[in-house]
Amino acid sequence: QVSAALRAGRVSATELCQRCLSRIKSTGFLNAYISVAEQAALRQAEESEKRHSRGQPLGVLDGVPVAVKDNFNTAGIETTCASNMLKGYVSPYNATVVQKLLDQGAVLLGKTNLDEFAMGSGSTDGVFGPVRNPWSYSRQYKEKSTPNSHSEDKDSNWVITGGSSGGSAAAVSSLTCFAALGSDTGGSTRNPAAHCGVVGLKPTYGLISRHGLIPLVNSMDVPGILTRCVDDAAVVLGSLAGHDPRDSTTVQDNFKPFEVPDLADVSKFTIGIPKEYHAPGLSGETLALWAKAADLFKSAGAKVVEVSLPHTRYSIVCYHVLCTAEVASNMARFDGLEYGHRSDVEESTESMYAATRREGFNDVVRGRILSGNYFLLKQNYEKYFVKAQKVRRLIADDFVKVFGSGVDVLLTPTTLSDAAPYREFIRADNRTRSAQDDILTQAVNMAGLPAINVPTALSERGLPIGLQFIGRSFQERQLLTVAKWFEKQVQFPVIELEEVKQHDQGVFKHQKSAASS
Amino acid sequence: RGCSWAAGWRRAWHRAPGVTGRRQRAAACNTKGEAVPAGKSGLAPWLPVVGLEIHAQISSNSKLFSGSQVQFAAPPNSLVSFFDASLPGTLPVLNRRCVEAAVMTGLALNCSINKKSLFDRKHYFYADLPAGYQITQQRVPIAVNGSLSYSLCIDNKRSQMVTKTVRIKQIQLEQDSGKSLHDDKRSQTLVDLNRAGVGLMEVVMEPDMCCGEEAAAAVRELQLILQTLGSSQAVMAEGQLRVDANVSVHHPGEPYGVRTEVKNINSLRFLAKAIDYEIQRQIEELESGGTILNETRAFDSRLGCTISMRDKEGKQDYRFMPEPNLPPLILYDAKSLPSNMNHQQVVNIDWIHQRLPDLPSVKRAKLVEQYAILPEHSFTLLNEDGLTEFFENVVKKTQMKPTKVIGWIIKDLLSYLKQHSIAVKESPVSSFLLADLLNLLEKREISSTAAKQVLAELWKGQGKTPLEIVQEKKLELIKDQKELEEICQTVIDGHENE
Repeated sequence: QVSAALRAGRVSATELCQRCLSRIKSTGFLNAYISVAEQAALRQAEESEKRHSRGQPLGVLDGVPVAVKDNFNTAGIETTCASNMLKGYVSPYNATVVQKLLDQGAVLLGKTNLDEFAMGSGSTDGVFGPVRNPWSYSRQYKEKSTPNSHSEDKDSNWVITGGSSGGSAAAVSSLTCFAALGSDTGGSTRNPAAHCGVVGLKPTYGLISRHGLIPLVNSMDVPGILTRCVDDAAVVLGSLAGHDPRDSTTVQDNFKPFEVPDLADVSKFTIGIPKEYHAPGLSGETLALWAKAADLFKSAGAKVVEVSLPHTRYSIVCYHVLCTAEVASNMARFDGLEYGHRSDVEESTESMYAATRREGFNDVVRGRILSGNYFLLKQNYEKYFVKAQKVRRLIADDFVKVFGSGVDVLLTPTTLSDAAPYREFIRADNRTRSAQDDILTQAVNMAGLPAINVPTALSERGLPIGLQFIGRSFQERQLLTVAKWFEKQVQFPVIELEEVKQHDQGVFKHQKSAASS
Repeated sequence: RGCSWAAGWRRAWHRAPGVTGRRQRAAACNTKGEAVPAGKSGLAPWLPVVGLEIHAQISSNSKLFSGSQVQFAAPPNSLVSFFDASLPGTLPVLNRRCVEAAVMTGLALNCSINKKSLFDRKHYFYADLPAGYQITQQRVPIAVNGSLSYSLCIDNKRSQMVTKTVRIKQIQLEQDSGKSLHDDKRSQTLVDLNRAGVGLMEVVMEPDMCCGEEAAAAVRELQLILQTLGSSQAVMAEGQLRVDANVSVHHPGEPYGVRTEVKNINSLRFLAKAIDYEIQRQIEELESGGTILNETRAFDSRLGCTISMRDKEGKQDYRFMPEPNLPPLILYDAKSLPSNMNHQQVVNIDWIHQRLPDLPSVKRAKLVEQYAILPEHSFTLLNEDGLTEFFENVVKKTQMKPTKVIGWIIKDLLSYLKQHSIAVKESPVSSFLLADLLNLLEKREISSTAAKQVLAELWKGQGKTPLEIVQEKKLELIKDQKELEEICQTVIDGHENE
């Protein structure tokens, strides 16, 4: 819709950009952004405006403000990964996906906050502080908040965004931009999407280039897409997908961008409900919503079947081994020699390395490096790494079997419950939290499949709950078709942010979708 | 499959009776593969065992996984791409030419080429390794199970040569590291990443050799093969060919001894010296009741000895892990190549095989067959860059038989070049000039003694032709019978009174 508005001249690209920038300022307490590239963004907006006035927009994304998670390289704009190791690091190149967005004329507003090096499920463990879920400040949440003895302390019961792409999710959710890039290794795009009430798409591994995405687990990472609706996700996907010679793990096949069809009739689809996703800790509300969704499909004529993915329960442990091993390897380059933080300790190269890495990394990162190196030791390699790879194969095969038996799309919850208050969340450590929170999303990364979170309903506390659809490899079109149908059925409410100026609210409410309708 | 020509040529398995080790070759093995006789203590004889790990820089325009240029002696850090500098988010992209170079080399060394090979990360921290790991092929390398035949002179006269074979365990593709220069005065290390990421072929030779001379001969032959293929320029002095030697000794019939690795060898001569020194060192150590540590030792070319590199405490665990950013490398041959595949995207082993140039062994055999020269002469011709061409040019332009020409090439031309340390292409005497000279000799217009004098004059490079020199110095052979009789008579007359 905003794209259409730009083209029709109802709003100018610069005006739009300015509105977004001012909204970023007024929602600064969310801490969603690490860097805001005000000058550059306005310049891009001006260029876009010129193109629009000539009647020559580059595409649907021309002039559309977007944000990018701070683990993507952006030339000229700091890329920190929310770590002391890269504070002040300005990359000389753009990640392929960033370049593609810019080539389409999108306006890059800034870099969003995350857990340090994307390790975490809360966006609470970065050096720039935690991200606050915009819904904490929504009328919907505040209404439902029970008055308690701490009621004077308005600020104390804000909830987390989930992670690790919390900043991007919050940026989209608080209406400061129309789309944002995240990354997804174990659920890092879908998890915050669920908590923040936005669409979070994890594409098939190998569909979108990782060149320029600072890696967590090379064999599982994908760039993630966060938008306000499924149609927008398809638009962004269309501009990003395709082979990149700079990334040898992207597939060679030609990708055809698509518009998500409006499905009238779901009866041709078979929806699978994997019983293992009824995980311990799943909240009653989420469970009920999941069941309700299944019923929705059933009554609309779709075939809904219970299926089994028996190796699901091993995915967390397996992920621990493989993730920490890759982390240990990927982080080995951070030694302060060529770029990034360098310690003042100078006695020897070794001592400089050690001090740099101790100073630059937080406990979470260091913990994973130590674990990973342990698993990669010669005497442990077979027992842990190779075993985990074998278990990974079994997990992936579970999905192959299920999809091979006629199931088109799987329906599961995305998170165990709605967003936790920050003070509760930080009581447990990062590792424990990640292990709990990743259970519903992790196996998908093991198998490299596409999956999407669709905001479904508000919880009793007035916070978003989302449901996840998992599709077949490279069948994003089919996946998004089902997701869009579901999205239409549930009519998830728009966030009502009280802290923001009224007229802004109005403008953004009407322009819910970035894409033309 | 290598050299199939066999007529009149002693093959690998026959070993001529050898001579025992001489003083100069500290722990010489004899060509019979016999054990080195014991030292004075009269203990059982020792069998030295030598294996080699050779790193050959691939001759290519760009590096193994990135597009930055490959060039020797460029300004520091001027050939470094984002990937080479390990900037976060960069990914490796395999260089096709490097794969072809490795396949060519594998085929030339009679290896099986693995149609599917894998890449791995080998982790260690060092200033010249920006990523903290090297991408190599540890699990499944590109080529395995080959062999290399090389020849040695049995005695110093170079009149008898014997052929030996060393098994090639494998060839793997891997990245070169950068260079670090330690400035102890200022307590700093300077790092130049120009070399970081350059493609290497690591050629592993099984411990089938028994002394420095064998190792040097094997490496020399490998060098010639690489240069013929063009897969590596293999110049040791420019670091394009680096050799590490694995050395151990044991008594015949007993298991292999503890081995040491000898590094920091930058010429063939030093290779032989380092190995022989190490063999001797180990024998002396063991004979005096000591033990050999499984360690890395550096060769000190000034002192001519190996020194323990004690700062490598304990054994390194490289924490090998598959390289997740590179899918398995798939190679095709004519049979397995799918018909609809884009030929630009594919490496075809058979296509490469068909285009292999003549290997040195084949070239030498052809020279022997074509010109009837001795085998050892063919070795000398190929050993000097440009000498074969020179020889063939002379043969073309002269009526003198090649078997006679070869003598002039090897005894006169080559020794002169060696004396003055100049290369064939820098020779002041061109093949034309030499051919002219030999023609005069062949037509009996001058004697061979005179010819040598003319050659000595030609070396001065003053631009005179042989004919001019002969006329100047009046070196013409006198053919007139009467004139000769007169001279003889004069001589006889002159001595009549004695």
